[in-house]
Amino acid sequence: MKRHIISLLMENEAGALSNVSALFSARGFNIESLCVAPTDDPSLSRMTLVTTCSETVFEQITKQLNKLIDVVKLMDLSEGDHIEREMMLIKVRAEKEMREEIKRLAEIFRGKIIDVSDNSYVIEMTGDTDKLDAFVHVIPEDHVIEVVRTGVSGIARGVKSLTL
Amino acid sequence: MELSGAEIVVQALKDEGVEIIFGYPGGSVLHIYDALFQQDDIHHVLVRHEQGATHAADGYARSTGKPGVVLVTSGPGATNAITGIATAHLDSIPMVVLTGQVPSALIGTDAFQEVDTTGISRPCSKHTFLVKRVEDLAETMRKAFYIATTGRPGPVVVDIPKDITDPTVKIPYEYPRNLKMRSYSPVKKGHLGQIKKAVELIYNAKRPIIYSGGGVVIDNASGSLIDLARELGIPVTSTLMGLGAYPASDSQFLGMLGMHGNYEANMAMHEADVLIAIGARFDDRVTGHIAHFCPQAKIIHIDIDPSSISKNVRVDIPIVGSVKDVLNDMLRIIRESGREIDNDGLTSWWERIEAWRGLGCLCYEQSDEVIKPQFAIETLYKVTGGDLYLTSDVGQHQMFAAQFYKFDKPRRWINSGGLGTMGFGLPAAMGVQMAHPDKPVACVTGEASILMCIQELATCKQHGLPIKIMLMNNGYMGMVRQWQEMFYEGRYSHSYVDALPDFVELTKSFGHVGMRVTKPSDLEAAMQEAFDRKDELVFLDIVIDPTENVYPMIKAGKGHHEMAMSPALKQGDQR
Ligand SMILES: Cc1cc2nc3c(=O)[nH]c(=O)nc-3n(C[C@H](O)[C@H](O)[C@H](O)COP(=O)(O)OP(=O)(O)OC[C@H]3O[C@@H](n4cnc5c(N)ncnc54)[C@H](O)[C@@H]3O)c2cc1C
Ligand SMILES: Cc1ncc(C[n+]2csc(CCOP(=O)(O)OP(=O)(O)O)c2C)c(N)n1
Ligand SMILES: [Mg+2]
Repeated sequence: MKRHIISLLMENEAGALSNVSALFSARGFNIESLCVAPTDDPSLSRMTLVTTCSETVFEQITKQLNKLIDVVKLMDLSEGDHIEREMMLIKVRAEKEMREEIKRLAEIFRGKIIDVSDNSYVIEMTGDTDKLDAFVHVIPEDHVIEVVRTGVSGIARGVKSLTL
Repeated sequence: MELSGAEIVVQALKDEGVEIIFGYPGGSVLHIYDALFQQDDIHHVLVRHEQGATHAADGYARSTGKPGVVLVTSGPGATNAITGIATAHLDSIPMVVLTGQVPSALIGTDAFQEVDTTGISRPCSKHTFLVKRVEDLAETMRKAFYIATTGRPGPVVVDIPKDITDPTVKIPYEYPRNLKMRSYSPVKKGHLGQIKKAVELIYNAKRPIIYSGGGVVIDNASGSLIDLARELGIPVTSTLMGLGAYPASDSQFLGMLGMHGNYEANMAMHEADVLIAIGARFDDRVTGHIAHFCPQAKIIHIDIDPSSISKNVRVDIPIVGSVKDVLNDMLRIIRESGREIDNDGLTSWWERIEAWRGLGCLCYEQSDEVIKPQFAIETLYKVTGGDLYLTSDVGQHQMFAAQFYKFDKPRRWINSGGLGTMGFGLPAAMGVQMAHPDKPVACVTGEASILMCIQELATCKQHGLPIKIMLMNNGYMGMVRQWQEMFYEGRYSHSYVDALPDFVELTKSFGHVGMRVTKPSDLEAAMQEAFDRKDELVFLDIVIDPTENVYPMIKAGKGHHEMAMSPALKQGDQR
């Protein structure tokens, strides 16, 4: 079992996203996160998809994705050097002595406090999945009010790219 | 040219060269029906149930290679069509299904006769479109036909909201002939390096076998397959879907393989050292228990769909490309090399195969009293001289037909293999007969299957389709009964087909000829009469042995070399 990050370009058309997600459920493929938005070319969407599976299953996943009519191109980012990032918005209870403590933790993790109320903060943080997980874990559990994560998006290092 | 959306649909069909469509009207397609009414080029066949429309279009496609076209209304029209769409999808049949949809403004409001057609059909079709603007209609039609017929073919659904076909809104029309899609470009040519590797492997083989499938039929590559097999002098076996691509009466043909395949074919698979899989997808009905599959063989796999390759069985030399292109390249390389194949090795391989063949695995116990289904198919073969388009329903009769009717040409054997859809046979035969008005067309069926689309007898009457229906009436869902006998200690739970109609009278009430035959000695004459009545549909109710089972058989969890043989074999060949 290995974690793979698939990056793909697809037609920015109604139904394209459902085609991808339906494929995963129809064939029983596991999907950990999925993150999608239009690119600089508005006719194309870029999707980053994270899945953990065996090599045989991964081969089927890429073949089946390529077979979808709307999918233009895809690559396995995890195959080479790459950068992956996820953004998290986390709302935490911040009262009394914890106000300072949480601010300090956020700074250590290079998070930004983007909303403040009498007893709470919203912290914005980017990083890879492990870093965000780690931050959630250092906040005492009863202080975490809400966690919103985008799912992983990624890009290859160097000149290698996924473009038309 | 300025056309309305409804007229664009019809004109696009003409531009695609469509001559026949199968359909059923309803609210959301009325504009299209009105446009159809005002022209004569496209012939519309009114079916009696939308499932029938899809199977008929499918039969048309299978027997011609051209895409089948269906037109149905929204909601129940579309859901009724789903079974036929899924049937075509599993067997890779090119089809374009036009479904009406509620007006765009009402989508998502649970409007009258609204269902999410693209959502429902997505997992059982090659692609789906929902047309959003009338300006996109012509291009969407072109894309639908292009996608349906190229690469690995399949059904494409085009969902058209009613407002898109509004007869009062006219726009300029031009059919986009040179369509290019950046996201879809199926390959045809195989990788030459891979093909050369395959040829090398074949030359070094001692016990090679060709395992050919539906892809050979789909690609009209029968000629190339025959050339290659003859050039190499090696045995050929075929899946249920590939039957006819290699002539069954040829001595190099070992018959069908798989669950109800021939003993010699399965044994040869088990012992082979090189397997050449051509347009076949290693279905579980073919492989038996995967762990026992071709234990000694290096595998070459030619398929146009990369996802078919190494899906169920890992292969050694994958070749992505169309059967015809790859086989022709292969043949050229072989001929140019001028090398000889190892004939001594092949001779001893053929000796072993002949020994397996000598067993006569299809033998059955003949009877003077009751008609055996195997005998019925043999008689059908005799009466038709092997020259027949034969559709089938699903069950024992399907297997008997596959085993006993010797198809020498492709596109003659029309059956639902992947989905195994009961009800397929009769409507499929309508499509075949429409495509080949002057050719004999028969449908072999069971009393359970035929009742699933029996209403189409009315369509046959309206359109004068002289199909010959060969009902193998055993009073049971025979295939189910067989499994209950073998695996559930004879507890025949709900597999007895009670309260059957009198099929002869039923057929007559539809205005056709109905006949019944119960004695083996009367069978040939009855079939002969059926085929002599060239212009009439004849429904032959053939009362057969209710207890006959299909043999040989690979039971669950077993390998190719562990077939259960017919009890008749033990008593000596009584054929
Ligand atoms: C009751 C019942 C019993 C059955 N028993 C058996 C049995 O004993 N034996 C048996 O064989 N089957 C049996 N079947 C059928 C079985 O379920 C499968 O449908 C069948 O085996 C699949 O055949 P195939 O591998 O030829 O694939 P098909 O479904 O015909 O698929 C064709 C393959 O060719 C490829 N292809 C398509 N076009 C091209 C092209 N242009 N170039 C290259 N490749 C192309 C496709 O990608 C695909 O991989 C049975 C079915 C039923 C209902
Ligand atoms: C629509 C559908 N429902 C159920 C089945 C399961 N099934 C497979 S064969 C069979 C029995 C078919 O009986 P019949 O048509 O009489 O053929 P026989 O096996 O007796 O020749 C059934 C119920 C199926 N294949 N299709
Ligand atoms: Mg029956």
